[in-house]
Amino acid sequence: MSQNNTIYGINGPVVTIKGKTDLKMMEMVYVGENALVGEVIRINDEMTTIQVYEDTVGLHPGEKVVSTSYPMAVTLGPGLLGNIYDGIQKPLSVIAEKSGVFLTKGVSTPSIDEDKEWDTVLLIKEGDTVTGGQIFAECPETPIIKHKALVPPDCSGEVISVKANGHYKVNDCLAEVRTKDGSIRGLSLAQKWPIRTPRPTKARLPITKPLITGQRVIDTMFPIAMGGAAAIPGGFGTGKTVTQHQLAKFADADIIVYVGCGERGNEMTQALNEFSELTDPSTGRPLLERTILIANTSNMPVAAREASIYTGITLAEYYRDMGYNTALMADSTSRWAEALREISGRLEEMPADEGYPAYLPSRLSEFYERAGYFESLCGEKGSITLIGAVSPQGADFSEPVTQNTKRFTRCFWALDKSLAYARHYPAINWNDSYSEYIAELGDWYKNNVAPDFLKYRNEIASILAEETKLMEIVKLIGSEILPDDQKLTLEVARVIRIGFLQQNAMHETDTYTPVYKHYKMMEAILALNDAAKGAIARQIPVSRILATGLFDKLIKMKYEIPNDNPDMIDGYITEIRNVFDNLI
Amino acid sequence: MITEHIGLHEISGSLVVLDNVEDAFFEEMAELQLDDGSTRAGRIVMIEGKKAVVQVFEGTKELSMSNTRTVLKGKPMELSLSPEIIGRVFDGLGRPKDGLGDVFPVCKRDINGTAINPVSRVYPKNYIRTGISSIDALATLIRGQKLPIFSGSGMKHNELAVQIVKQASVSDNEDFAIVFAAMGVKNDVADYFRRSFEQANVMNKVTMFLNLSNDPIIERIITPRCALTAAEYLAFSCNMNILVILTDMTSYCEALREFSSSKGEIPGRKGYPGYLYSDLASLYERAGIVQGASGSVTQIPILTMPNDDITHPIPDLTGFITEGQIVLDRALETTGIYPPVSILLSLSRLMKDGIGKGFTRDDHKALSDQLFASYALVQDARSLASVIGEDELSDNDKILLRFGKAFEEKFLNQGENENRTIEETLDLGWELLSMLPRESLDRVSDDILNQHYKAKA
Repeated sequence: MSQNNTIYGINGPVVTIKGKTDLKMMEMVYVGENALVGEVIRINDEMTTIQVYEDTVGLHPGEKVVSTSYPMAVTLGPGLLGNIYDGIQKPLSVIAEKSGVFLTKGVSTPSIDEDKEWDTVLLIKEGDTVTGGQIFAECPETPIIKHKALVPPDCSGEVISVKANGHYKVNDCLAEVRTKDGSIRGLSLAQKWPIRTPRPTKARLPITKPLITGQRVIDTMFPIAMGGAAAIPGGFGTGKTVTQHQLAKFADADIIVYVGCGERGNEMTQALNEFSELTDPSTGRPLLERTILIANTSNMPVAAREASIYTGITLAEYYRDMGYNTALMADSTSRWAEALREISGRLEEMPADEGYPAYLPSRLSEFYERAGYFESLCGEKGSITLIGAVSPQGADFSEPVTQNTKRFTRCFWALDKSLAYARHYPAINWNDSYSEYIAELGDWYKNNVAPDFLKYRNEIASILAEETKLMEIVKLIGSEILPDDQKLTLEVARVIRIGFLQQNAMHETDTYTPVYKHYKMMEAILALNDAAKGAIARQIPVSRILATGLFDKLIKMKYEIPNDNPDMIDGYITEIRNVFDNLI
Repeated sequence: MITEHIGLHEISGSLVVLDNVEDAFFEEMAELQLDDGSTRAGRIVMIEGKKAVVQVFEGTKELSMSNTRTVLKGKPMELSLSPEIIGRVFDGLGRPKDGLGDVFPVCKRDINGTAINPVSRVYPKNYIRTGISSIDALATLIRGQKLPIFSGSGMKHNELAVQIVKQASVSDNEDFAIVFAAMGVKNDVADYFRRSFEQANVMNKVTMFLNLSNDPIIERIITPRCALTAAEYLAFSCNMNILVILTDMTSYCEALREFSSSKGEIPGRKGYPGYLYSDLASLYERAGIVQGASGSVTQIPILTMPNDDITHPIPDLTGFITEGQIVLDRALETTGIYPPVSILLSLSRLMKDGIGKGFTRDDHKALSDQLFASYALVQDARSLASVIGEDELSDNDKILLRFGKAFEEKFLNQGENENRTIEETLDLGWELLSMLPRESLDRVSDDILNQHYKAKA
């Protein structure tokens, strides 16, 4: 570009250039002597406005703005997994090596290691016709994930030369393609993709499978589908981050992208430590080998916070296109919305609800619609599951981010302050939460867990609903006055709450439980409920039923029954029947 | 490059506008020289073409369009640092206030700091024993943590902060120091801290940055940044363990609101600027431990919740950034309980990895879970009692009420100089739980109950 663009005004992360420029909307630019990364967000004939993704302290008017003529993009290729990036895909561990403990701005470094050689197998030969999205080469990215190199979606034509199998770097040209218009394009392991444009797919497929997380209140009560979207709203201290970490650790997706968006630095360090230490139960390999972390901590530049969500989802889409089931956890989308608000305020746009820009709902829906179960261009099937934490101010769910997120997600896990105060974790409130996926997933549970899984689930749910109703009365008159059968409902509900819904993330056995164990646990609780109801009908007082100690035994079965042998619960059920048969 | 500008273009609130400025940069420092020989400090907060907006820390009183010469310093605001700053008293802008002369700088640092790379952090795990049961057992303080005290006007947050400093079992430790930043607090309060530090014989370990309530409000925005720059220097360059006390964050946020509105920014909730979260984060996130240094920065910010409202933007946003909070409760305070910690609202996020075997004691986690759960039931029983009367309660609820009262009077309540060991605290917890029927302790495994539950004879 011949034009000389220079900085005119600076206001926090927003920089302006005076006069007409030939910069394009959403184009990436380098600002100033340190070449800070920025993006064009507004153009008129007097002024071009740029948001800068790095700290602007020390910028002078008059410094250069260099055009790149392409939009904000990420680099896709082998070497992404196991990395920790900032919001604009700068590798933080490389930056730490280069510039020490504190982040310095303007450090330019490639997003994926350009010197590492990958053991590559080429799947095409000369004379083949390739189309966009086709898999043309493979290499083992980590011991558990095979990386499938894809032809860029906008490239198709005839292969005119191919390299032999061997060790190649990400930017080595592996094959050349003559496209329809006669130009020659090289294929390499790495490619770029703009973060704000969803990667194309062939078709959207109906949802059939749940994402199994090992968390009872989620998998059994409010399941999320593979390819679904869920929101976790909650005030501070209600356990959003712990829940997100649990999901990132145990969800049975192939690839996890964890976006720490405007949250605490120590939490990202903790995630990094834990994911390198913990191993995936099915493969025995460190979880980090299937994970990409993106960290924009709350004191890192605000504009990059807005970009971090898009960076994350683009990486997830890339692995989806290879046919993997990916899950993206964003903690927290409220910080992203606040970043939008902050930038919008600096642009002096007309604010809507609570100062958020009027385009907040459309941005949220664009983001959540990138979730789904897809057939990719190469015919593989892959999914993206989105789980977004929401941090409503003052734990008030009526604020705009929570309300709009609710509209675009079909699964809502409401975290409850009073449950958290009583240290009932996960503090997912069973009255306020819902999952619209249950109907679609019914067949899966029927065929893969047990035919009456949903029946049990609904019975458990109705006991909890009954308890909620009774508690209204108990709050006014106390539980002493209730008749015995209602007292029994309260006791059974207590077993469900403490023994089933509550799950201890710090406990070796309880931190993850297989769905079949959920089923057996429900079976035992319902067996106790039925037997006790029978006893009440035989005029046996509830105090004697409680004295059997069976209620407390069931509360502790989550710890006592090993995860690899849930059928041991059958012993409990036999015991329940025996005890009640002999209760006169 | 140092340039001088004669006169001003515009004066509004604490902001002045300079025209025809060449080569200024964002956040550059400026010195305003008045005709009468006095000087004021300022900093560039906005640049548009050749106009630069300068925020004057001491205020714009007596400035006119013509009586001022402004020198741009060519550098952002820096603090002179050396190990000698320990034991010194500075004003809110980091200028010596104790008459002992300037600090001879070993190095100078930009007070805005830069974010710590999450890769270079060390996850904090070592607990700090404060000798206060409610904190040690239920909201354990970890070295490198940021744990604020949410209080209200007139409550005993200062006493609690002083007790933590005195008892943090670090006072005889060589490499330990305190950085104290006062923002808009009253002279008496600053004095109280100074006297308490003297009594505890730690005054020679304290660096103070004082912006008192009658000091210029705009300086207040700088004060915590100076304090944290000093803390980072001592921790990461001198390898010391630093405890930072920031009081009162509410005054800081109010100063920020005033400054924001004088710049004509669009206000967010309750008039606070939309970037209040990012701004607070730029302070609170300057706590932690980093690789390659043996020191640490632990923060105890104190804030007074306006009208005791925890959903007010200041405590709300703080809670979203800090690693937990200690909440003080006015109802407990009026019943004479000290420290009046409302344990159900209090939380330490780093506690889970810093307690248990090898840190405190293996039964710690079970005990704290059970105390929280049982005390939550006490609240339910109390609200029921207020409707139907205590006599009508079930036996279980009556026991709960007795437990709740004993818990508050024996466990929460302790003297301002009472320093309990972790064993004393945990044993006291089990003694109180033993008032409850064994089968109601549903958060504890049988093994631990067998060891610690003492049934009544």
